[in-house]
Parts: sequence; structure tokens; C-alpha cells
Amino acid sequence: MQNTDPARMIDEQRLDQLQHDAFSYFLQAVNPVTGLVADTTREDSPCSIAVVGFALSVYPVAVARGWTQRADAVERCLKVLRFFRDSDQSGAPDATGYKGFYYHFLSMDTGARVWRSELSMVDTALLIAGALTAARYFTASTAAEIELRELVELLYRRIDWRWAQDEQGVIRQGWKPECGFLHYVWQGYNEAIVLYVLALGSPTHPADGSGYEAWTVTYQWENMYDYDVLYAGPLFIHQFSHAWVDLRGIQDRFMREKHSDYFENSRRAIMVQRAYAERNPNEFAGYDDCCWGLTACDGPDRGIPELAQRLDPRHHLFGYAARGVPFGPDDGTLSGWAVLASLPFAPEIVLRSAGTMLERYPGMLSDGRYTTSFNPTLAPNDPHADYDSSSRSSSAWYSTGHFGLDQGILVMMIENHRTGLIWQLMRGCPYIVAGLRRAGFRGGWLS
Amino acid sequence: MNTSTAPQDAFERERLDNVRPPDWHNPPPADRYGFVVIGGGTAGQVAAYEAAALGARVALIEHGLFGGNCLNVGCVPSKSIIRTSRLYAEMRNGEQYGAQVPLDIRVDFAAVMRRMRGIRARISREESVRRLVAANVDVFFGDARFTGTDTLAVDGTRLRFNKALIATGARPDTPSIPGLAEAGYFTNETVFNLTEAPRRLLVIGGGPLGCEMAQAFCRLGVKTIIAQERPLFLPREERDAAQILADSFARDGMEVRLNARAVGVRVENGQKVVDLVTDGETSTVTVDAILTGTGRVPNVDELNLEAAGVSYDNAIGVHVDDFLRTGNRRIYAAGDACLADKFNHTADASAHLAVRNALLSGRQRVSAFVIPWCTYTDPEIAHVGLYVRQALERKIPVKTFTVPMHDVDRAITDDEEMGFVKIHVKERTDRILGATIVARHAGEMINEITLAMVAGIGLETIAHTMHSYGTQAEGIKLAADAFSRTRVKREIPSPLRRWLQR
Repeated sequence: MQNTDPARMIDEQRLDQLQHDAFSYFLQAVNPVTGLVADTTREDSPCSIAVVGFALSVYPVAVARGWTQRADAVERCLKVLRFFRDSDQSGAPDATGYKGFYYHFLSMDTGARVWRSELSMVDTALLIAGALTAARYFTASTAAEIELRELVELLYRRIDWRWAQDEQGVIRQGWKPECGFLHYVWQGYNEAIVLYVLALGSPTHPADGSGYEAWTVTYQWENMYDYDVLYAGPLFIHQFSHAWVDLRGIQDRFMREKHSDYFENSRRAIMVQRAYAERNPNEFAGYDDCCWGLTACDGPDRGIPELAQRLDPRHHLFGYAARGVPFGPDDGTLSGWAVLASLPFAPEIVLRSAGTMLERYPGMLSDGRYTTSFNPTLAPNDPHADYDSSSRSSSAWYSTGHFGLDQGILVMMIENHRTGLIWQLMRGCPYIVAGLRRAGFRGGWLS
Repeated sequence: MNTSTAPQDAFERERLDNVRPPDWHNPPPADRYGFVVIGGGTAGQVAAYEAAALGARVALIEHGLFGGNCLNVGCVPSKSIIRTSRLYAEMRNGEQYGAQVPLDIRVDFAAVMRRMRGIRARISREESVRRLVAANVDVFFGDARFTGTDTLAVDGTRLRFNKALIATGARPDTPSIPGLAEAGYFTNETVFNLTEAPRRLLVIGGGPLGCEMAQAFCRLGVKTIIAQERPLFLPREERDAAQILADSFARDGMEVRLNARAVGVRVENGQKVVDLVTDGETSTVTVDAILTGTGRVPNVDELNLEAAGVSYDNAIGVHVDDFLRTGNRRIYAAGDACLADKFNHTADASAHLAVRNALLSGRQRVSAFVIPWCTYTDPEIAHVGLYVRQALERKIPVKTFTVPMHDVDRAITDDEEMGFVKIHVKERTDRILGATIVARHAGEMINEITLAMVAGIGLETIAHTMHSYGTQAEGIKLAADAFSRTRVKREIPSPLRRWLQR
């Protein structure tokens, strides 16, 4: 269905408010002793190391925008960086990490591994990318900021990236003390560019360069809905590496051959999302060219009978899943934050879409922050009924609480759109530059 | 070949009469045969017919049942019960077609299997021993063992040959799981003997056979768990295909255990208790029956191939060159006994090739085969040619034209929108390198791409070829149209482009 709503662009003031409120997550969800940040605001949520990486990235944004004092932000960084420095690196089942990597989920209070989670290579990369961002911003010659930078160097330099490579050089996804490396392999385009760049840029234990080629050989360059795109279904894949690395105008071997780059590719991924939402093959409520955003998120679960009753029997609820287009999984669940986090790639389209979605489904914000997902098809009332033209809002099922990854990517991408701060910082990071070059990136700002 | 059979009804009596007549007596052997075929499955029968038609004196030796895996314990019985299982799935989903869902959908499993046996008996007529004998082939039942470079023995009877073909097929590769043998399990060689459905079934293996059977039994009302050691089903296929299949299984209500390795089986209170390990964590499932579908191994170890100077191993099978010739120039091999691609159609094609190379001094190469295949799940997953990864590893730049089935009108009218057509071409050309189709009838659709590849027809020609509207194969045309649009944009001269853009 073609959206016929009048444009409802998000203006600068609203954007500022949304960015600020997203940042406030990191003030709320932090453990004051360890500095670790919770994965979600839900009860008993552990720390996700990736969310800590986002926290370290957004503290500079908050300082730059005057939302927090520089000294306070530095103190927050120091606290969590010291924690990781001193953490148990034995690889024991209840340790914090091994070989410089960290378990995906940690106890908020002690930092010990929880949920039998895996030692996660990509989440460690996101943590370290955040640490390097902070180190690039807090460059003063004060004792605190000097210590901060030294801690970041220590944490980055002790990661043994080569240990995590398989026979082909591909970086493995995870390791557990119970079973060793996991079977899962990176196949096809995904969020691993920043992982490879950091692994290749290491001055101490750099990954063997063959791994990047071995990974990119699994890419699929597809013409889909008349767009030529390096295909990946969920939207976050087109955002996560891009949040730190300015991928505009620089190309690796693959993108040189395709006369494109990863930034342009994300723009096309947005077009594919919109084309899918317009087609809306499963006839879910709400979908159109201004209401899209299929990505990895928590969503409605079939375990909740009253939700299952509201769904067409041929459909299925997927709970937490990497939702994507055009092949699914798709259960009618969308993520508003994922749309707004696409802002740098297609500002006008994104501002209009995000504005329209917020107007129709205001419940996707709670405490001013995006919930991780909403599902208009599962609205308590008839979701296909026209929404109230006076309020212009419609009902939907809304996820509860907030997720740190969603808030972090939102703050970063809004900032990249507004000032390019994160990109500027990381363009000056010698490890990122070295890693990009070793991965074969050339041109643009790398020249 | 397992010769155990299903209940001895009229269908089974007919099938056995066709594929292993109970009153059979081996003929007296000729002094020397121009061509001896070991194995009466697809490859063996095709080769024997062709050699006889060329005028050779031919003998064929079979130690079990004619028709081999495909007819007796493979494609034919599995497709029969898959059809019934689809019908049950459609009945349950009747509402989505605007149809009344029958009030009492009860699976009569015995009837399902009886139908399968009827179909198997009917198709066995085409593969009967008598037909082959009528084509002037001497048929011997018994165990063949080579006794020299140009001789073999069938239960003591000596046969001499000028040329021979090893077409002994393959058998299920049973995983070595402690306690499995003691607990009892089914393979594709025994599962079609069932007349009563197990209440709960664990399928070990997420390859084609495991996936097909798991879905079929699930739809026939069996509470089914499928355990796959790898992170995705059908590891050979591309990620999206495997993902769509996993989603489809979930919709069917199947319990999917990916990255789960079965490490032990025991019997408790008459039930089979299986330990599954995922990332170091052990969980336990309790079922009434276990079906293994973890691959197949060639039947080569009982042939005394050493005496004939033929090298082999138990994993690959008989070692052959590109002309399907073994280390003994008199002896060739075909089908599952030597090929990595163990399909009925590769057995057929390789048998033709081997006969022509053996008897007509042909130089046809097996590497020239364009081999399609299909896994008959719902949706079906079909492939031909190269995967993108294979193309890129060979430094061939590749671009994929993708059409989701939800863009195909007939898929929409039939509520069969799950899947896609992906056609891979060499970039900046219309040369088709390969294709994957995931669709309700992908197996039918892939043949068009195979024909195009064999005939050297490019995507541009497919775009110019009218396809009957109202077919799901129109998805292939839509992919070709997308290709054409990219080419037209590139080929329009700049002045004309500017004029068009006014």
C-alpha cells in the first residue's frame, strides 16, 4: 500500500530530543561500581559487552552536546575500562574473558560470565570500537584522560585475534569453555566489517589477512526489487560497522568491482526495506513505504496465547529474531529505532518515515525512548481499521523496556548525521586506518 | 540392499514379482559377455538396456531388488508419502484458501503407506526383471565378486567380460552413536515398511533425506523433532534457502534442534531417550522411534575390487577418471558407487556416458554434466550449476537476479509465496552460472534453467521468451526481465537517454 499520509518530517528539535533521551539509557542502566551497562532495562538484565561499547561511544557525544560533564564521562569510562583490565581472563566458566576477548553477557555486579554465554568475537569488537572512540575523544593531558587512553591501548593490544581464526582465516563467532569454538561461521554479508578491521589493525596480534577475503567470498551481490545490493536481510547489519567506520567513498576489492561502497549499499538496503514494506506480502498491518524497519529485535512470542489468537493462523511469532527482508522471518514486527538509525544514509526518507511512524504509533516511545519493537497486526483492536484521523494514531503491540543496543546505535547514527563526530574520531584512529588498508580498502578519505 | 519388505499385500507381491521374482533361476552364463553390469538399480538398468540396444551380449547381476534405492526405498516411496503429507497440511490450512477446514482431520497412516505401496508396485512394472530379459539381457541374482581383471563370480558361477560396469549404488551411512543400534532405529531402507505411525519421532540429520522425511512425518501427525549437527539445514544450499526451510518447519510445528549432536541413546520404559549436545550443553529428548538420515556410503567393499585392479575407498567409492573409467581399462563405474552427486538422474546420465565410453570408445566427460537437484520439502529447494561462493572462488564475478515468490502472481493466487528464484550470471554478461529456486514446485522450475545452461541460452533470451501467464515459472521470466532492465539502461546511447529524460 502506498503511503498517502502528508509528510511528517522529524525536525531538528525533535531529533535532538530523541537523541538525548536515547542517551539517557546509559545513565540509567549503568552499574555505579563496575561501570558495566545492562543489556536491557528489564529486570535482572545482565551486562552486554556490546552495549558497553556503545556506552563508551556515546559518552563523547554527550560531552560534545553538553548533556554531561567531561569529567563525569571520563570517570564513567575509566570505571568500566579498569574493570575490564582487572577482570578474570582465565577463560574459566565463570570468568570474564579469555585471550583478550570477553563473554557476551556478564553479571552486572561481578562481571562474571552469565547465561553460559559465548566468548564473543564480534561483541568484543564492538566493545573495543567504543573504547577506541573514547580514546580518540578524551585526548587531554590530564592524568585521568591519559590513564583512559592507556587502558584502551592495553585492552586492544591484548586481544589475540589470530587465535580466533579458523584454517581459512575466517574469524570464528564464539568460543565456550565447555566445547571450544562454536560451529557457527560468518557466511554472507553481515556486521563483521568492524571486527575484521580491528583484527587486521592490531599492532600486537593481527589477524591473518586471508580471513577477510575468505569472508567476502561468501557475499551475494543481488539485483532485488531492481536495486543492486550486497544483500543482508536485517537492517542492523547495514548500520553497525557504519556507526564507527566512515565507509563513505572508500572501497574494498569487492566494492571496487561493484562500483559501489558500503555506505551507498546501506542506502539501497533502505530502498529494499521500503519496497518490501510496500509489497507487504504477508499483509501485516501498518506496513508501507513510510513504515518499515525489519531487524534483529525482541518481538512478540507465541508463548503468549492472547497474542497468538490475534494472528492469522498461517503466521508465526518469532520472539527474539533477526527479522529481515525479503525472506523473513517476518511476523509483522517492526523497529522504529532501526529506521531512525538509518538517518545518515537517506536523511529525507528516514526523517519522513520515522516521523510518520511516531505519529501513527506513539506508543513505540516510552520515557521518550524507542522500545525495541512494535507490531500493529497484534493490536488489541482491529489493526486493519483506519486509524483515528483526529489523533492520527493507531494501536499496536509494543515491546516493553529498552535495549541498550538500540539506544546506542541511535545516538551514534543521529550524531553522525548531525556532525559526523564518531566518523571523524575514528578516521583519526591509526588502528582503524591500518585495518581498513589491510582489508584492501582504498580511495576516498583513505587516500 | 536391504531386501526386507513391507506387509505382504497384493501391492508388495506385485512389486517383488517385478523386482525379484520369487521363482527366479539364474540362466546358464555365456562363454563371454561383451558387457557385464553389477547392480540392478537405475544406473545398472539404464546401462544394460543401452548396451543391449547397441548389440552387446549383456549380463546384469543384482544381489537384492531391481530398481535400487530410488524405486524401493528412496524417491518413489518418499514422494508418495510427501504428497499425502502436503494434502494434510493443506487441509489444516484450508481457511487461508477460503475453504472450510474439515471438522475431523484424522490421519490414517496405514492408508498412506498402502497408497505408497500401490504406487511403488505400479512403477516397478517399468523396472521389472522380465522387461530387461526381454531386451536380451541375462539377469543373475546373487553376490558378485571379481576374480580377475576380466572375470567375476556370482555365487560360484563364473562370468567373463570384455567390459564391465560397477553400478552397485549406495546405502545409508548410520551414525555411530552409542546405544543407537541397541535401541533400534529406522533408515530410509526400513522406514517405508511402517504400517503404524510412531507417536514421537526423532530425525537425526538435516540433509535432504532427513528434512524431507521429518516434514512429511510431522504433517502426518507425528510429533517430530529434527536434530541437525550443523547450524543450518541443508549445509550445501545457500543461507536463505536453509533459513526459509527452518521457518517452514517451525510453522509445521516441528521441534527444530540446530547445532545439536546426538551423543547417546538408551531405552527407558520402552521409550528411546536421546542425549543431544549443543555448544557443550546436554539436553534429552524422549521419543518412540528414531530415523537417521545422515548421508550415504557407496556399496563397494564386498566386490573384491582388488582382484580386478580397481582402486576405491569406502567414502568416495570406486575411483574413476573423467570418463568414468577405473584403474582397470575394462571396467567403468556409474551412479552412486562412484559419484559425489548421488541422484537418480546422475545415475541415469552417468550410465549412458559410461556405456558410450566403454563400448563406442567415446570421450564424454562427467565434468561436463550440468546437474540439477531438488530437496522435496515444502517449499522445495532446487539448485543447478555454481553457487555464488564457488563462482567467486574461481574468480568469476557474479551477480544474482533475485525474485521473491511473493512477486509471482501464480504464487500469490496459490498462497505459495514462500521462496525465491535466484539466477546467478557472470557479471556484465547474460551467461547463467547457476540458480537456486525455493518454491512449492521448485523441482519443476529448475529444469528450465538447466536446459538454458546446457544449450548455452543466456538470461537475455529467457527474457525474450514468452512464458505462459499463470505459472510459477514466470518467476524465472521476472528475473530475466530484471536483467534486461539493467542492460537496457546501460545500452541506451547518451543522447537518447537525455531525450528520454526530458
